[in-house]
Amino acid sequence: MITLNSVHKSFKDKHVLRGITLEIPRSGSLVVIGGSGTGKSVLLKCILGLVTPDQGQILLDGKDVSVGNREAFLDRFGMLFQGGALFDSLNIWENVGFRLRRGPKALNKSDARDKAIEKLRRVGLGPEVANLYPAELSGGMQKRVGLARAIATAPEIIFFDEPTTGLDPIMAGVINDLIREIVTEMGATAVTITHDMTSVRAIADQVAMIHDGTIKWHGTVSQMNETTDPYVDQFIHGSATGPIAALR
Amino acid sequence: MTQINIAIQQFLGAIGHLAFDFLAQIGRIALFGMSALRHMVTGPFYPREFFTALVQIGWFSLPVVGLTAVFTGGALALQIYAGGARFSAEAVVPSIVAIGMVRELGPVLGGLMVAARVASSIAAELGTMKVTEQIDALQTLSTHPMKYLAVPRILAATLSMPILVAVGDAIGIMGGYLVGTHRLGFNAATYLKNTVDFLEAWDVGSGLIKGAVFGFIVALLGCYHGMNSGRGAQGVGRATKSAVVGASVLILASNYLLTEVFFTS
Ligand SMILES: Nc1ncnc2c1ncn2[C@@H]1O[C@H](COP(=O)(O)OP(=O)(O)O)[C@@H](O)[C@H]1O
Ligand SMILES: [Mg+2]
Repeated sequence: MITLNSVHKSFKDKHVLRGITLEIPRSGSLVVIGGSGTGKSVLLKCILGLVTPDQGQILLDGKDVSVGNREAFLDRFGMLFQGGALFDSLNIWENVGFRLRRGPKALNKSDARDKAIEKLRRVGLGPEVANLYPAELSGGMQKRVGLARAIATAPEIIFFDEPTTGLDPIMAGVINDLIREIVTEMGATAVTITHDMTSVRAIADQVAMIHDGTIKWHGTVSQMNETTDPYVDQFIHGSATGPIAALR
Repeated sequence: MTQINIAIQQFLGAIGHLAFDFLAQIGRIALFGMSALRHMVTGPFYPREFFTALVQIGWFSLPVVGLTAVFTGGALALQIYAGGARFSAEAVVPSIVAIGMVRELGPVLGGLMVAARVASSIAAELGTMKVTEQIDALQTLSTHPMKYLAVPRILAATLSMPILVAVGDAIGIMGGYLVGTHRLGFNAATYLKNTVDFLEAWDVGSGLIKGAVFGFIVALLGCYHGMNSGRGAQGVGRATKSAVVGASVLILASNYLLTEVFFTS
Protein backbone atom coordinates (compact mmCIF):
# COMPACT_ATOMS: atom_id res chain seq x y z
CA MET A 1 0.00 0.00 0.00
CA ILE A 2 1.19 3.48 -0.89
CA THR A 3 0.35 6.42 1.33
CA LEU A 4 0.87 10.05 0.38
CA ASN A 5 0.80 12.56 3.16
CA SER A 6 0.41 16.19 2.23
CA VAL A 7 2.91 16.12 -0.62
CA HIS A 8 4.02 19.46 -2.06
CA LYS A 9 6.10 20.15 -5.15
CA SER A 10 6.95 23.42 -6.86
CA PHE A 11 8.98 24.14 -9.96
CA LYS A 12 10.45 27.61 -9.54
CA ASP A 13 7.38 29.69 -8.55
CA LYS A 14 4.90 27.23 -10.05
CA HIS A 15 3.25 25.41 -7.16
CA VAL A 16 2.16 22.17 -8.85
CA LEU A 17 1.31 19.82 -5.97
CA ARG A 18 -0.19 21.62 -2.98
CA GLY A 19 -0.70 18.95 -0.39
CA ILE A 20 -1.66 15.66 -1.99
CA THR A 21 -3.03 13.17 0.53
CA LEU A 22 -3.99 9.82 -0.92
CA GLU A 23 -4.10 6.13 -0.07
CA ILE A 24 -3.42 3.70 -2.87
CA PRO A 25 -4.68 0.29 -1.77
CA ARG A 26 -2.86 -2.92 -2.62
CA SER A 27 -4.06 -5.12 -5.47
CA GLY A 28 -6.50 -2.69 -6.92
CA SER A 29 -6.79 -0.29 -9.75
CA LEU A 30 -6.75 3.43 -9.04
CA VAL A 31 -7.37 5.87 -11.85
CA VAL A 32 -6.22 9.46 -11.49
CA ILE A 33 -8.09 12.02 -13.54
CA GLY A 34 -7.66 15.75 -13.84
CA GLY A 35 -7.00 18.48 -16.35
CA SER A 36 -3.75 18.54 -18.26
CA GLY A 37 -0.93 20.29 -16.45
CA THR A 38 -2.41 19.65 -13.01
CA GLY A 39 0.56 17.55 -11.92
CA LYS A 40 -0.60 13.98 -12.47
CA SER A 41 2.65 12.89 -14.06
CA VAL A 42 4.64 14.76 -11.42
CA LEU A 43 2.69 12.87 -8.76
CA LEU A 44 3.74 9.48 -10.14
CA LYS A 45 7.33 10.66 -10.46
CA CYS A 46 7.30 11.78 -6.84
CA ILE A 47 6.27 8.31 -5.71
CA LEU A 48 9.06 6.76 -7.76
CA GLY A 49 11.60 9.26 -6.46
CA LEU A 50 12.32 10.65 -9.93
CA VAL A 51 11.14 14.01 -8.62
CA THR A 52 11.87 14.93 -5.02
CA PRO A 53 8.89 16.44 -3.19
CA ASP A 54 9.50 19.70 -1.35
CA GLN A 55 7.36 18.67 1.58
CA GLY A 56 5.28 15.75 2.79
CA GLN A 57 5.73 12.05 3.13
CA ILE A 58 5.36 9.11 0.79
CA LEU A 59 5.19 5.66 2.34
CA LEU A 60 5.26 2.24 0.75
CA ASP A 61 4.00 -0.42 3.16
CA GLY A 62 4.56 2.07 5.97
CA LYS A 63 8.20 2.77 5.08
CA ASP A 64 9.41 6.10 3.77
CA VAL A 65 10.29 5.67 0.08
CA SER A 66 13.20 8.10 0.22
CA VAL A 67 15.23 5.88 2.56
CA GLY A 68 16.51 2.36 2.07
CA ASN A 69 17.70 0.39 -0.92
CA ARG A 70 16.56 2.18 -4.02
CA GLU A 71 17.18 -0.74 -6.38
CA ALA A 72 15.06 -3.08 -4.34
CA PHE A 73 12.37 -0.41 -4.14
CA LEU A 74 12.31 0.22 -7.89
CA ASP A 75 12.35 -3.50 -8.64
CA ARG A 76 8.80 -3.62 -7.32
CA PHE A 77 7.62 -1.00 -9.82
CA GLY A 78 6.90 -0.76 -13.51
CA MET A 79 6.18 2.52 -15.24
CA LEU A 80 4.76 3.47 -18.60
CA PHE A 81 5.83 7.04 -19.29
CA GLN A 82 3.48 9.48 -20.96
CA GLY A 83 5.81 9.87 -23.93
CA GLY A 84 6.81 6.20 -24.07
CA ALA A 85 10.43 7.01 -23.17
CA LEU A 86 11.81 4.16 -25.26
CA PHE A 87 15.59 3.97 -25.55
CA ASP A 88 16.19 5.00 -29.12
CA SER A 89 19.60 3.37 -29.30
CA LEU A 90 18.07 -0.06 -28.63
CA ASN A 91 15.67 -1.99 -30.83
CA ILE A 92 12.15 -2.88 -29.77
CA TRP A 93 12.80 -6.26 -28.17
CA GLU A 94 15.87 -4.94 -26.37
CA ASN A 95 13.70 -2.18 -24.98
CA VAL A 96 11.03 -4.57 -23.78
CA GLY A 97 13.59 -7.04 -22.48
CA PHE A 98 15.79 -4.38 -20.88
CA ARG A 99 15.16 -5.38 -17.31
CA LEU A 100 14.91 -9.09 -18.10
CA ARG A 101 18.56 -9.01 -19.16
CA ARG A 102 19.92 -7.61 -15.91
CA GLY A 103 20.02 -8.33 -12.23
CA PRO A 104 20.45 -11.62 -10.42
CA LYS A 105 17.62 -13.29 -12.35
CA ALA A 106 18.90 -12.17 -15.75
CA LEU A 107 17.74 -14.21 -18.72
CA ASN A 108 20.01 -15.11 -21.61
CA LYS A 109 19.58 -13.30 -24.89
CA SER A 110 17.27 -15.72 -26.67
CA ASP A 111 15.02 -16.29 -23.63
CA ALA A 112 14.75 -12.55 -23.09
CA ARG A 113 13.87 -12.07 -26.75
CA ASP A 114 11.18 -14.77 -26.58
CA LYS A 115 9.71 -13.24 -23.47
CA ALA A 116 9.82 -9.75 -24.98
CA ILE A 117 7.97 -10.99 -28.07
CA GLU A 118 5.35 -12.61 -25.87
CA LYS A 119 4.84 -9.30 -24.04
CA LEU A 120 4.63 -7.46 -27.36
CA ARG A 121 1.89 -9.83 -28.44
CA ARG A 122 -0.09 -8.93 -25.33
CA VAL A 123 -0.12 -5.28 -26.35
CA GLY A 124 -1.16 -6.14 -29.88
CA LEU A 125 2.22 -6.01 -31.62
CA GLY A 126 3.56 -8.85 -33.76
CA PRO A 127 7.10 -10.29 -33.78
CA GLU A 128 7.86 -8.35 -36.97
CA VAL A 129 8.43 -5.19 -34.90
CA ALA A 130 10.99 -6.88 -32.61
CA ASN A 131 14.04 -5.81 -34.61
CA LEU A 132 12.83 -2.35 -35.56
CA TYR A 133 13.98 0.78 -33.74
CA PRO A 134 11.60 3.08 -31.81
CA ALA A 135 11.92 5.85 -34.41
CA GLU A 136 10.44 3.46 -37.00
CA LEU A 137 7.17 3.05 -35.08
CA SER A 138 4.13 5.30 -34.84
CA GLY A 139 3.41 7.12 -31.58
CA GLY A 140 0.67 4.69 -30.59
CA MET A 141 2.92 1.71 -31.28
CA GLN A 142 5.69 3.25 -29.21
CA LYS A 143 3.25 3.71 -26.38
CA ARG A 144 2.36 0.04 -26.49
CA VAL A 145 6.02 -0.97 -26.54
CA GLY A 146 6.48 1.18 -23.45
CA LEU A 147 3.59 -0.67 -21.87
CA ALA A 148 5.11 -4.04 -22.75
CA ARG A 149 8.37 -2.89 -21.17
CA ALA A 150 6.59 -1.76 -18.00
CA ILE A 151 4.93 -5.15 -17.47
CA ALA A 152 7.80 -7.32 -18.72
CA THR A 153 9.01 -8.46 -15.31
CA ALA A 154 5.48 -8.60 -13.85
CA PRO A 155 6.18 -6.02 -11.13
CA GLU A 156 3.72 -5.79 -8.26
CA ILE A 157 2.98 -2.08 -8.69
CA ILE A 158 2.54 -0.58 -12.15
CA PHE A 159 1.99 3.05 -13.14
CA PHE A 160 0.42 3.80 -16.49
CA ASP A 161 0.66 7.42 -17.62
CA GLU A 162 -2.02 7.93 -20.26
CA PRO A 163 -1.82 4.41 -21.71
CA THR A 164 -4.54 4.87 -24.33
CA THR A 165 -3.79 8.40 -25.52
CA GLY A 166 -3.03 8.26 -29.23
CA LEU A 167 -4.54 4.82 -29.76
CA ASP A 168 -7.49 3.94 -31.96
CA PRO A 169 -10.66 2.91 -30.03
CA ILE A 170 -10.16 -0.80 -30.66
CA MET A 171 -6.53 -0.77 -29.50
CA ALA A 172 -7.56 1.36 -26.53
CA GLY A 173 -10.04 -1.37 -25.63
CA VAL A 174 -7.33 -4.01 -25.87
CA ILE A 175 -5.07 -2.01 -23.55
CA ASN A 176 -7.90 -1.36 -21.06
CA ASP A 177 -8.59 -5.10 -20.93
CA LEU A 178 -4.90 -5.81 -20.47
CA ILE A 179 -4.59 -3.44 -17.51
CA ARG A 180 -7.72 -4.90 -15.94
CA GLU A 181 -6.32 -8.41 -16.45
CA ILE A 182 -2.99 -7.51 -14.85
CA VAL A 183 -4.86 -6.33 -11.77
CA THR A 184 -7.34 -9.18 -11.47
CA GLU A 185 -5.16 -12.10 -12.59
CA MET A 186 -1.75 -11.13 -11.32
CA GLY A 187 -2.97 -9.22 -8.28
CA ALA A 188 -0.92 -6.20 -9.23
CA THR A 189 -1.54 -2.68 -8.00
CA ALA A 190 -2.19 -0.34 -10.89
CA VAL A 191 -2.28 3.44 -10.92
CA THR A 192 -3.45 4.80 -14.25
CA ILE A 193 -3.63 8.38 -15.45
CA THR A 194 -6.17 8.95 -18.17
CA HIS A 195 -8.46 11.55 -19.68
CA ASP A 196 -10.61 8.95 -21.36
CA MET A 197 -13.81 8.28 -19.43
CA THR A 198 -14.32 4.96 -21.25
CA SER A 199 -10.95 3.88 -19.90
CA VAL A 200 -11.84 5.07 -16.43
CA ARG A 201 -14.93 2.87 -16.38
CA ALA A 202 -13.07 -0.08 -17.90
CA ILE A 203 -10.05 0.04 -15.60
CA ALA A 204 -10.90 1.66 -12.29
CA ASP A 205 -11.84 0.26 -8.93
CA GLN A 206 -11.28 3.69 -7.47
CA VAL A 207 -11.03 7.12 -8.98
CA ALA A 208 -9.17 10.14 -7.67
CA MET A 209 -9.52 13.56 -9.17
CA ILE A 210 -6.68 16.05 -8.90
CA HIS A 211 -7.29 19.76 -9.27
CA ASP A 212 -5.39 22.82 -8.08
CA GLY A 213 -2.67 20.60 -6.67
CA THR A 214 -4.87 18.62 -4.31
CA ILE A 215 -7.09 15.55 -4.49
CA LYS A 216 -10.49 17.16 -5.00
CA TRP A 217 -12.45 13.95 -4.98
CA HIS A 218 -11.82 10.26 -4.29
CA GLY A 219 -14.25 7.34 -4.55
CA THR A 220 -15.33 4.25 -6.43
CA VAL A 221 -16.55 4.23 -10.01
CA SER A 222 -20.19 3.89 -8.98
CA GLN A 223 -19.79 6.73 -6.52
CA MET A 224 -18.30 8.75 -9.34
CA ASN A 225 -21.34 8.13 -11.54
CA GLU A 226 -23.66 9.36 -8.81
CA THR A 227 -21.63 12.17 -7.34
CA THR A 228 -22.90 15.70 -7.34
CA ASP A 229 -19.39 17.08 -6.93
CA PRO A 230 -19.26 19.90 -9.46
CA TYR A 231 -15.60 19.31 -10.37
CA VAL A 232 -16.04 15.63 -11.13
CA ASP A 233 -19.31 16.29 -12.87
CA GLN A 234 -17.77 18.88 -15.14
CA PHE A 235 -14.84 16.63 -15.91
CA ILE A 236 -16.78 13.47 -16.75
CA HIS A 237 -19.25 15.35 -18.89
CA GLY A 238 -16.59 17.46 -20.52
CA SER A 239 -18.55 20.67 -20.16
CA ALA A 240 -16.90 24.01 -20.76
CA THR A 241 -18.80 25.66 -17.92
CA GLY A 242 -18.30 24.77 -14.28
CA PRO A 243 -15.88 25.35 -11.43
CA ILE A 244 -12.87 24.31 -13.52
CA ALA A 245 -11.91 27.38 -15.52
CA ALA A 246 -11.54 26.79 -19.23
CA LEU A 247 -9.72 29.91 -20.41
CA ARG A 248 -10.35 30.87 -24.00
CA MET B 1 24.69 60.82 -6.86
CA THR B 2 22.53 58.23 -5.18
CA GLN B 3 21.42 57.02 -8.59
CA ILE B 4 25.00 56.44 -9.61
CA ASN B 5 25.58 54.60 -6.36
CA ILE B 6 22.59 52.34 -7.03
CA ALA B 7 23.77 51.69 -10.57
CA ILE B 8 27.24 50.75 -9.30
CA GLN B 9 25.74 48.49 -6.67
CA GLN B 10 23.59 46.75 -9.24
CA PHE B 11 26.55 46.33 -11.53
CA LEU B 12 28.72 44.86 -8.78
CA GLY B 13 25.81 42.73 -7.65
CA ALA B 14 25.46 41.28 -11.13
CA ILE B 15 29.17 40.47 -11.26
CA GLY B 16 28.97 38.89 -7.81
CA HIS B 17 26.05 36.75 -8.94
CA LEU B 18 27.95 35.57 -11.98
CA ALA B 19 30.96 34.72 -9.85
CA PHE B 20 28.84 32.77 -7.37
CA ASP B 21 27.01 30.94 -10.15
CA PHE B 22 30.33 30.07 -11.72
CA LEU B 23 31.77 28.71 -8.46
CA ALA B 24 28.58 26.80 -7.71
CA GLN B 25 28.73 25.26 -11.17
CA ILE B 26 32.36 24.21 -10.67
CA GLY B 27 31.36 22.64 -7.38
CA ARG B 28 28.49 20.72 -8.94
CA ILE B 29 30.72 19.45 -11.73
CA ALA B 30 33.31 18.35 -9.19
CA LEU B 31 30.67 16.47 -7.20
CA PHE B 32 29.38 14.88 -10.40
CA GLY B 33 32.94 13.83 -11.27
CA MET B 34 33.46 12.31 -7.84
CA SER B 35 30.21 10.41 -8.07
CA ALA B 36 31.25 9.16 -11.53
CA LEU B 37 34.54 7.89 -10.12
CA ARG B 38 32.71 6.15 -7.28
CA HIS B 39 30.35 4.44 -9.72
CA MET B 40 33.32 3.45 -11.85
CA VAL B 41 34.71 1.21 -9.13
CA THR B 42 31.42 -0.29 -7.97
CA GLY B 43 29.73 -2.48 -10.56
CA PRO B 44 27.83 -3.42 -12.54
CA PHE B 45 29.91 -2.47 -15.55
CA TYR B 46 28.31 -2.30 -19.01
CA PRO B 47 30.86 -3.55 -21.57
CA ARG B 48 28.59 -3.04 -24.57
CA GLU B 49 28.08 0.62 -23.71
CA PHE B 50 31.81 0.97 -23.07
CA PHE B 51 32.87 -0.45 -26.43
CA THR B 52 30.27 1.61 -28.30
CA ALA B 53 31.63 4.71 -26.57
CA LEU B 54 35.20 3.66 -27.34
CA VAL B 55 34.42 3.45 -31.05
CA GLN B 56 32.43 6.68 -31.05
CA ILE B 57 34.91 8.68 -29.03
CA GLY B 58 38.27 7.12 -29.90
CA TRP B 59 38.08 5.70 -33.37
CA PHE B 60 35.88 8.30 -35.02
CA SER B 61 37.95 11.17 -33.59
CA LEU B 62 41.11 9.95 -35.36
CA PRO B 63 40.55 11.88 -38.63
CA VAL B 64 39.84 15.15 -36.83
CA VAL B 65 42.82 14.82 -34.52
CA GLY B 66 45.11 13.68 -37.36
CA LEU B 67 44.17 16.58 -39.63
CA THR B 68 44.59 19.10 -36.84
CA ALA B 69 48.00 17.67 -36.00
CA VAL B 70 49.42 17.54 -39.51
CA PHE B 71 48.61 21.19 -40.24
CA THR B 72 49.77 22.33 -36.83
CA GLY B 73 53.09 20.51 -37.18
CA GLY B 74 53.62 22.04 -40.60
CA ALA B 75 52.81 25.57 -39.46
CA LEU B 76 55.00 25.12 -36.39
CA ALA B 77 57.97 24.20 -38.58
CA LEU B 78 57.48 27.30 -40.73
CA GLN B 79 57.17 29.60 -37.70
CA ILE B 80 60.13 28.20 -35.82
CA TYR B 81 62.24 28.39 -38.95
CA ALA B 82 61.31 32.03 -39.46
CA GLY B 83 61.83 32.84 -35.79
CA GLY B 84 65.04 30.85 -35.53
CA ALA B 85 66.45 32.62 -38.60
CA ARG B 86 66.55 35.87 -36.64
CA PHE B 87 69.42 34.53 -34.57
CA SER B 88 70.74 31.92 -36.97
CA ALA B 89 69.22 29.03 -35.07
CA GLU B 90 67.28 27.37 -37.89
CA ALA B 91 68.69 24.01 -36.85
CA VAL B 92 66.42 23.86 -33.80
CA VAL B 93 63.34 23.35 -35.99
CA PRO B 94 63.11 19.53 -35.68
CA SER B 95 63.56 19.39 -31.92
CA ILE B 96 61.29 22.36 -31.12
CA VAL B 97 58.58 21.05 -33.43
CA ALA B 98 58.74 17.71 -31.66
CA ILE B 99 58.81 19.16 -28.16
CA GLY B 100 56.10 21.69 -28.92
CA MET B 101 53.92 19.04 -30.45
CA VAL B 102 54.18 16.36 -27.77
CA ARG B 103 54.19 18.65 -24.75
CA GLU B 104 51.60 21.26 -25.70
CA LEU B 105 49.97 21.35 -29.07
CA GLY B 106 49.23 17.65 -29.48
CA PRO B 107 47.29 17.30 -26.24
CA VAL B 108 45.75 20.79 -26.18
CA LEU B 109 44.61 21.05 -29.77
CA GLY B 110 43.61 17.37 -29.79
CA GLY B 111 41.68 17.96 -26.57
CA LEU B 112 39.92 21.01 -27.98
CA MET B 113 38.98 19.20 -31.17
CA VAL B 114 37.67 16.25 -29.19
CA ALA B 115 35.79 18.69 -26.95
CA ALA B 116 34.07 20.12 -30.00
CA ARG B 117 33.27 16.71 -31.41
CA VAL B 118 32.63 14.55 -28.37
CA ALA B 119 31.45 16.82 -25.55
CA SER B 120 28.81 18.21 -27.90
CA SER B 121 27.57 14.84 -29.09
CA ILE B 122 27.48 13.34 -25.58
CA ALA B 123 25.61 16.38 -24.23
CA ALA B 124 23.12 16.35 -27.09
CA GLU B 125 22.52 12.61 -26.82
CA LEU B 126 22.13 12.50 -23.05
CA GLY B 127 20.19 15.78 -23.08
CA THR B 128 17.71 14.32 -25.51
CA MET B 129 17.46 11.22 -23.35
CA LYS B 130 16.79 13.46 -20.38
CA VAL B 131 14.03 15.53 -21.99
CA THR B 132 12.31 12.48 -23.47
CA GLU B 133 12.32 10.86 -20.01
CA GLN B 134 14.62 8.04 -21.11
CA ILE B 135 16.88 8.72 -18.13
CA ASP B 136 13.88 8.48 -15.80
CA ALA B 137 12.91 5.27 -17.55
CA LEU B 138 16.40 3.84 -16.99
CA GLN B 139 15.99 4.38 -13.27
CA THR B 140 12.61 2.70 -13.14
CA LEU B 141 14.24 -0.27 -14.86
CA SER B 142 16.68 -0.50 -11.94
CA THR B 143 19.63 0.77 -13.97
CA HIS B 144 21.72 3.60 -12.60
CA PRO B 145 22.12 6.32 -15.26
CA MET B 146 25.54 7.16 -13.87
CA LYS B 147 26.78 3.59 -14.34
CA TYR B 148 25.00 2.96 -17.62
CA LEU B 149 25.50 6.31 -19.36
CA ALA B 150 28.26 8.32 -17.72
CA VAL B 151 30.85 5.74 -16.60
CA PRO B 152 31.27 4.02 -20.01
CA ARG B 153 31.69 7.35 -21.80
CA ILE B 154 34.06 8.86 -19.25
CA LEU B 155 36.16 5.71 -19.13
CA ALA B 156 36.28 5.43 -22.92
CA ALA B 157 37.31 9.08 -23.33
CA THR B 158 39.94 8.91 -20.59
CA LEU B 159 41.50 5.78 -22.06
CA SER B 160 41.31 6.67 -25.73
CA MET B 161 42.46 10.29 -25.50
CA PRO B 162 46.14 9.42 -24.72
CA ILE B 163 46.14 7.16 -27.76
CA LEU B 164 44.66 9.94 -29.87
CA VAL B 165 47.30 12.30 -28.53
CA ALA B 166 50.08 9.82 -29.35
CA VAL B 167 48.77 9.45 -32.88
CA GLY B 168 48.42 13.23 -33.17
CA ASP B 169 51.99 13.70 -31.90
CA ALA B 170 53.34 11.35 -34.55
CA ILE B 171 51.30 12.92 -37.32
CA GLY B 172 52.22 16.43 -36.19
CA ILE B 173 55.91 15.62 -36.16
CA MET B 174 55.45 14.12 -39.59
CA GLY B 175 53.80 17.35 -40.73
CA GLY B 176 56.81 19.29 -39.49
CA TYR B 177 59.11 16.79 -41.19
CA LEU B 178 57.32 17.15 -44.53
CA VAL B 179 57.47 20.93 -44.42
CA GLY B 180 61.04 20.85 -43.11
CA THR B 181 62.34 18.57 -45.82
CA HIS B 182 60.27 19.82 -48.75
CA ARG B 183 59.94 23.52 -48.10
CA LEU B 184 62.82 24.46 -45.79
CA GLY B 185 65.57 22.36 -47.29
CA PHE B 186 66.36 20.12 -44.32
CA ASN B 187 68.13 16.85 -44.92
CA ALA B 188 65.67 14.04 -44.17
CA ALA B 189 68.04 11.96 -42.07
CA THR B 190 69.30 14.94 -40.05
CA TYR B 191 65.75 16.07 -39.38
CA LEU B 192 64.75 12.68 -38.00
CA LYS B 193 67.94 12.33 -35.99
CA ASN B 194 67.44 15.76 -34.39
CA THR B 195 63.85 14.94 -33.61
CA VAL B 196 64.71 11.70 -31.87
CA ASP B 197 67.88 12.86 -30.13
CA PHE B 198 66.38 15.80 -28.31
CA LEU B 199 63.06 14.29 -27.37
CA GLU B 200 62.82 12.87 -23.85
CA ALA B 201 60.41 10.24 -22.64
CA TRP B 202 58.88 12.64 -20.14
CA ASP B 203 58.06 15.11 -22.95
CA VAL B 204 55.87 12.46 -24.48
CA GLY B 205 54.63 11.00 -21.21
CA SER B 206 53.50 14.33 -19.79
CA GLY B 207 51.53 14.98 -22.98
CA LEU B 208 49.83 11.62 -22.72
CA ILE B 209 48.86 12.28 -19.11
CA LYS B 210 47.46 15.63 -20.20
CA GLY B 211 45.52 13.77 -22.86
CA ALA B 212 43.97 11.45 -20.30
CA VAL B 213 42.95 14.39 -18.11
CA PHE B 214 41.46 16.24 -21.10
CA GLY B 215 39.57 13.13 -22.18
CA PHE B 216 38.12 12.85 -18.68
CA ILE B 217 37.12 16.53 -18.75
CA VAL B 218 35.47 16.26 -22.17
CA ALA B 219 33.29 13.29 -21.29
CA LEU B 220 32.58 14.57 -17.78
CA LEU B 221 31.30 17.90 -19.06
CA GLY B 222 29.32 16.24 -21.83
CA CYS B 223 27.66 13.88 -19.36
CA TYR B 224 27.09 16.52 -16.70
CA HIS B 225 25.42 19.03 -18.97
CA GLY B 226 23.51 16.37 -20.87
CA MET B 227 22.12 14.67 -17.78
CA ASN B 228 21.19 18.04 -16.26
CA SER B 229 19.73 19.41 -19.47
CA GLY B 230 16.81 21.82 -19.27
CA ARG B 231 13.47 21.05 -20.82
CA GLY B 232 12.75 20.95 -24.53
CA ALA B 233 14.91 21.49 -27.58
CA GLN B 234 16.18 24.76 -26.12
CA GLY B 235 17.39 22.97 -23.02
CA VAL B 236 19.34 20.48 -25.11
CA GLY B 237 20.81 23.29 -27.19
CA ARG B 238 21.99 25.09 -24.07
CA ALA B 239 23.39 21.89 -22.59
CA THR B 240 25.40 21.23 -25.75
CA LYS B 241 26.81 24.74 -25.83
CA SER B 242 27.70 24.69 -22.13
CA ALA B 243 29.41 21.33 -22.50
CA VAL B 244 31.66 22.50 -25.34
CA VAL B 245 32.47 25.87 -23.79
CA GLY B 246 33.00 24.38 -20.33
CA ALA B 247 35.18 21.55 -21.59
CA SER B 248 37.31 23.92 -23.67
CA VAL B 249 37.88 26.36 -20.84
CA LEU B 250 38.61 23.58 -18.36
CA ILE B 251 41.05 21.98 -20.77
CA LEU B 252 42.99 25.21 -21.19
CA ALA B 253 42.97 25.98 -17.47
CA SER B 254 43.99 22.49 -16.43
CA ASN B 255 46.65 22.48 -19.15
CA TYR B 256 48.25 25.45 -17.48
CA LEU B 257 48.06 23.83 -14.06
CA LEU B 258 49.47 20.53 -15.33
CA THR B 259 52.30 22.30 -17.14
CA GLU B 260 53.05 24.18 -13.94
CA VAL B 261 53.14 20.92 -11.99
CA PHE B 262 55.10 18.94 -14.57
CA PHE B 263 57.76 21.41 -15.67
CA THR B 264 58.55 23.84 -12.88
CA SER B 265 60.72 22.40 -10.16
N1 LIG C 1 10.84 19.00 -14.48
C1 LIG C 1 9.98 20.03 -14.51
N2 LIG C 1 10.44 21.30 -14.46
C2 LIG C 1 9.59 22.35 -14.48
N3 LIG C 1 8.26 22.25 -14.55
C3 LIG C 1 7.73 21.02 -14.61
C4 LIG C 1 8.56 19.84 -14.59
N4 LIG C 1 7.77 18.75 -14.67
C5 LIG C 1 6.50 19.23 -14.71
N5 LIG C 1 6.47 20.57 -14.68
C6 LIG C 1 5.28 21.43 -14.70
O1 LIG C 1 4.37 20.90 -13.75
C7 LIG C 1 3.06 20.99 -14.23
C8 LIG C 1 2.39 19.63 -14.16
O2 LIG C 1 2.98 18.77 -15.09
P1 LIG C 1 2.46 17.30 -15.35
O3 LIG C 1 2.50 16.53 -14.10
O4 LIG C 1 3.27 16.76 -16.49
O5 LIG C 1 0.95 17.54 -15.80
P2 LIG C 1 -0.13 16.42 -16.18
O6 LIG C 1 -1.14 16.48 -15.11
O7 LIG C 1 -0.69 16.85 -17.50
O8 LIG C 1 0.58 15.11 -16.26
C9 LIG C 1 3.13 21.54 -15.64
O9 LIG C 1 2.79 22.90 -15.59
C10 LIG C 1 4.57 21.38 -16.03
O10 LIG C 1 4.97 22.41 -16.88
MG1 LIG D 1 1.05 13.99 -17.74
